[in-house]
Amino acid sequence: MDLNYTREEQAFRTEVRQWLKETLPHELREKVRLGKRLAKADVELWHSLLNARGWLAPNWPRAYGGCEWNAVQRHIFEEEACLAHAPRSLPFGLSMLAPVLLAFGSEEQRQRFLPRILNGQDWWCQGYSEPGAGSDLAAVKTRAVRDGGHYVVNGQKTWTTLGQHANWIFCLVRTDPDAKKQEGISFLLIDMNTPGVTVRPIVLIDGEPEVNEVFFDNVRVPAENLVGEENKGWTYAKYLLTHERTNIAGVGFSTALLTTLKHVAARVTSGGRPLAENPHFAARMAQAEIDLMAMATTNLRVVSAAAKGQAPGAESSMLKVKGTVIRQELTSLLRRAMGPDALPFQPDFLDGGSNAEALGPDHAAAAAPSYFNMRKLSIFGGSNEVQRTIITKAILGL
Amino acid sequence: MDFNLTEERMMLRDTLRRFLADKYAHENRRALIAAGKPYDTGIYAGLAELGVLGAMFREDQGGFGGEGFDLMVVFEELGRAGVIEPVLPAVLAGGLIAASGNGRQRGLADEIIAGTHLSALAQGEAGSRYDLNHVETTAAAEGDAIVLNGIKTHVLYGAEAQTLVVSAREAGAAADAAGISLFLVPVNSPGVTVSGHRNMDGIPSATVALDGVRLAETARLGAAGGGLEALEATVARGLAALCAEALGAMEAAKDLTISYLKERKQFGLPIGKFQALQHRMADMLIEVEQARSAVINLAGNLDQPRGLREIHASAAKNLIGRAGALVAEECIQMHGGIGMTDEYALSHFARRLTMIDHLFGDTDYHLERFIALKAG
Ligand SMILES: Cc1cc2nc3c(=O)[nH]c(=O)nc-3n(C[C@H](O)[C@H](O)[C@H](O)COP(=O)(O)OP(=O)(O)OC[C@H]3O[C@@H](n4cnc5c(N)ncnc54)[C@H](O)[C@@H]3O)c2cc1C
Repeated sequence: MDLNYTREEQAFRTEVRQWLKETLPHELREKVRLGKRLAKADVELWHSLLNARGWLAPNWPRAYGGCEWNAVQRHIFEEEACLAHAPRSLPFGLSMLAPVLLAFGSEEQRQRFLPRILNGQDWWCQGYSEPGAGSDLAAVKTRAVRDGGHYVVNGQKTWTTLGQHANWIFCLVRTDPDAKKQEGISFLLIDMNTPGVTVRPIVLIDGEPEVNEVFFDNVRVPAENLVGEENKGWTYAKYLLTHERTNIAGVGFSTALLTTLKHVAARVTSGGRPLAENPHFAARMAQAEIDLMAMATTNLRVVSAAAKGQAPGAESSMLKVKGTVIRQELTSLLRRAMGPDALPFQPDFLDGGSNAEALGPDHAAAAAPSYFNMRKLSIFGGSNEVQRTIITKAILGL
Repeated sequence: MDFNLTEERMMLRDTLRRFLADKYAHENRRALIAAGKPYDTGIYAGLAELGVLGAMFREDQGGFGGEGFDLMVVFEELGRAGVIEPVLPAVLAGGLIAASGNGRQRGLADEIIAGTHLSALAQGEAGSRYDLNHVETTAAAEGDAIVLNGIKTHVLYGAEAQTLVVSAREAGAAADAAGISLFLVPVNSPGVTVSGHRNMDGIPSATVALDGVRLAETARLGAAGGGLEALEATVARGLAALCAEALGAMEAAKDLTISYLKERKQFGLPIGKFQALQHRMADMLIEVEQARSAVINLAGNLDQPRGLREIHASAAKNLIGRAGALVAEECIQMHGGIGMTDEYALSHFARRLTMIDHLFGDTDYHLERFIALKAG
């Protein structure tokens, strides 16, 4: 074993760091650093900068415009991007849909959709969940009935992240209501500008309309938008989910969060001394750091053990559970570090639209909202309870 | 020992609970906040009429209660319903006026009890975090006037109040215990600027700038330089109120979650049938009962000498902070996505529980204070 980065890997890190320094616009960096809300244009700008460098799709094959980075390279990039306060790339097209198209889609579908993900023409969202189908995803009821060259879709999706900005949605739809739950599902790509699609925002606990309900009322979808075979959607859905989970370990995010936390704890005073010197707070911070150090290695161990380009299986559940617990603990510590300054709700400042001044120090405005927002980490992408069940069955054989 | 409430308190609890069940639907409260209203003045008048404010004060102060168990009964119900109307400032600012005021000043307490006057406590500052003794706002004698200068932060209901009870330093260095005085400051005094905002939990709050505010000697509340003692005793009452409110919010969040576990079906079963959730609900129940005991301990020791009173205050706030975080986080988790929505009441209880931890000392702060008080 050798825990050191190779000379090439170190050179890669330097290259990434330098590029970020030169390319990431200051305004965008400040928004991310202070936990402000990103507008659609911010995300699109970031994607276009990455795309211009050829770094937008780390796990895609070169032939389709990806960079085929290995696990270590991806880890290095993620860490550097987070530490530089770069925005997060949107996963829906890049790391959820694309792997499915690459593995199961037709060549026409790849040629049609993959370039549009890279050049920002399409903004994808994920239409899996429904009011009655959460953890029990195979219970989806949204119906797609074949009618000549089209499917006619009726039903409702929910919790659709950033669906208000999207022009395409990939959906699990029921094509055979009589088959067993898992067997009558298909994977369908739907243009959200088709008549009959309605999007209704849902405001979350942090005051942000991050998710939506999406309604389908006799929506006609060309049959060529079916991915793979009819009624085989469950296989593709599960394949996508393992990809979704590997990103949820979020080591880079946690590393950046820890840096912010230390910065804050060094500046905020409690009882006349910096909070960082308060033994109780320091101990909790140190424990989170120790967990994160091990997590970074667990992440690399699992990800590099998986076959090249493939997402790991049940092990990704471990990454998800532990990664989310650490990240939630860090946001909880950051909120506590703010003391009474975590109290005010400052949407004007967080939206960044106006030039509203923040009450309290840097980072205070976003501390409580992001603590509340991060509760989602243990709920979505397969809840942590469901992950533990997977670990119990698949790894422990219980 | 007797853990039963007196008949009067049971009656108070039952009428308050009925009143809130009738008049305080979650949707109304949400609509009010969305409309930018700080709180419902009609409801507040109704609470005053029910005697809720009077129950916060002793008979010799013009009320008919004022004991820890009165605070407990009232605030548990307020917490259960998610009430944002300003009862807490009556306990804090009103409590200080009633306890430390001279004859004329105490006239204000009568108006507070009647619900016709709102007074808010302006105690925190940018550098004070949770320390009551950290006061940099100055009160300097100038001829026969006293001049206040400084900025007070996180003044709950500050923009709605007509009078502020302001802590300011007449002598000593920033964190000294001695030298702090309390002053009654009408908000329309020249030099007072109040900027209101709302907190994460929907409660209105404000920053108050005091720029050369000239007061008469008669504006001082209690003895010169002796404000900390009164402040600490009143904040202990405020902590009892907040802890009881948190208990009510925990009960409400827990009840919502139990119902949800029975209703919500996944994999063909109510999710409450999954043992992974059952055991956690059981743990939550245990913690909520512990929280109730901590509130009882504090309520029953509010009138004890300082040492004992403060040990219970810190013990309760620490335990409530831990239990509150557990309840807020677990209830959201067990609800799944629904638990994170603004529309559903649970997220409001979770926000209130979390924000209560940021008022008058969080879990960590009171843990250390408990250790220090025990050692002292
Ligand atoms: C902020 C946010 C963004 C999201 N974005 C998207 C998106 O873009 N697209 C999309 O399709 N979906 C999205 N989701 C939906 C998400 O995937 C679901 O919320 C998740 O699958 C859980 O489903 P549920 O909310 O219906 O909870 P439920 O399935 O009702 O679960 C409620 C609770 O019961 C537990 N539970 C359920 N079954 C079991 C079991 N068998 N054993 C033990 N415990 C169990 C769960 O763990 C949870 O704690 C998002 C959710 C959130 C909160």
